[in-house]
Amino acid sequence: MDAQTFNARVATPTTRLIGALAIVSMAWVVIGGLFVTPKDVDQGDAVRIMYVHVPTAWVAYLAFIVTALASACWLLSRKHSMGFDRVAGASAEVGVIFMAMTLLSGSLWGRITWGSYWAWDPRLTTTSFLLVTYIGYLAVRGLGGSLEQRARRSAVIALLAVLEIPLVHFSVLMWRSLHQEASVLSGDGDIKMDGSMLTTLLVGVIGFTCTFAWLVMHRQRVLAMQDAMQMTQLDAALRERASESAIEGSRLT
Amino acid sequence: MSTQLSLGRVARAVAAKDLRIEMRSRVVVNQVFPFAGLVMVMFAFALDNDDVLTRVAGGLVWLATLFSLIIIIQRSFAVDTADGALEAQRVAGLDPAGIFVGKALAVMVQLVTLEIMLFVAAVVLYRVQLHADGAVLLVTCVVSATAGLSFVGTLYGGLTAGSRGRETLLPLLMLPVVAPVLIGATRATESAFNSGGAAVSDGWPWVGVLVVFAAVFGLGGILSFGSLIEE
Repeated sequence: MDAQTFNARVATPTTRLIGALAIVSMAWVVIGGLFVTPKDVDQGDAVRIMYVHVPTAWVAYLAFIVTALASACWLLSRKHSMGFDRVAGASAEVGVIFMAMTLLSGSLWGRITWGSYWAWDPRLTTTSFLLVTYIGYLAVRGLGGSLEQRARRSAVIALLAVLEIPLVHFSVLMWRSLHQEASVLSGDGDIKMDGSMLTTLLVGVIGFTCTFAWLVMHRQRVLAMQDAMQMTQLDAALRERASESAIEGSRLT
Repeated sequence: MSTQLSLGRVARAVAAKDLRIEMRSRVVVNQVFPFAGLVMVMFAFALDNDDVLTRVAGGLVWLATLFSLIIIIQRSFAVDTADGALEAQRVAGLDPAGIFVGKALAVMVQLVTLEIMLFVAAVVLYRVQLHADGAVLLVTCVVSATAGLSFVGTLYGGLTAGSRGRETLLPLLMLPVVAPVLIGATRATESAFNSGGAAVSDGWPWVGVLVVFAAVFGLGGILSFGSLIEE
């Protein structure tokens, strides 16, 4: 498949629809989060950080689940379709950005509510380890070598990360705990939040999820174009070398 | 006639090869051990308080071990990639799982020797008191933590072996993964030392974490090492 074929397919009706949904829901979150929803009784305006913090955290974890699943699909599928590898890579890239946003918004929120930018709490510590782990994953993807080699190495690393994260979380949980208990999904099923706040938060989750899907779809297409270009350059180099040896061969005879 | 060697025989041969190279070159003994000792002295300079040093001695021993692990793993794979020895082992038909276990065993032997030296340094430099009732906990902690560190180190060492920028990539990949070992081994060691009033019984759950960690990454390495070193 050449670069032109990809170019024609950069935007599809599906990506356009997802993009439009993302824009509408994000606009809703900005207006709802900043102007419509009430202040929190204890936290005041600081609670508005939640409309960014919670959806970005959700998307970051979703991104890493997608990376792990796509990696497993690449390893288990007979054809080893490179599409799985590209989705895994694209999802990890987007996930790293969202995870950095989560930590940034979380530390600002923490400064206001806990009085410090950082606390050694299990969820926070695990999230920061996830970020470093996936930065390492992206570094492994950049190691070079054939496409197959890249896919195999990074798929194994992604699955090892799935082993690592629960162990890190459990060990930090044993170490100490401070994080605010989950407010929306508490164990007893009661939702402890004002109606407009909850709606804005849920729209935020939908909006950020659509943004994630839109970014991953486009990013994996860019990766496909890069891979295609790499293969085209390799083919050209091989043809050039073959023609050189043909000339040398004719000279000798 | 089948010429396929069993995992155990391959592991023993690879471990013996790596340890023989170390016995002859003495790179770890002459360079890594003094480095680890130096790190212990540097910690004392940085913290500058005898009571604090005694309190955090367990963590410092394991931190010095982690720093040394990075160098030991790089050394372990440098001898194999320099002359294409790792490819030669693969081409010779050796089971990758056997190579993984063998290299991890060799790293384990070197690490345990290093840790014994570091614990002696902690007693001398940081005035740590070793108690008879904490000895079993300490030995179990050292064995299980070292197994976990060796498995993870070998796994990620194999991945980065021969690649560009491996010196910087290895710590980036490996250190987040071994964080549970640092936490678990430090807490168990503090319990064995009775640092800050920690009871010996408090340390055993942490040894459980270390054993699970070693088992998970030992199995993970056996299953995936072939994929990681394949060209």
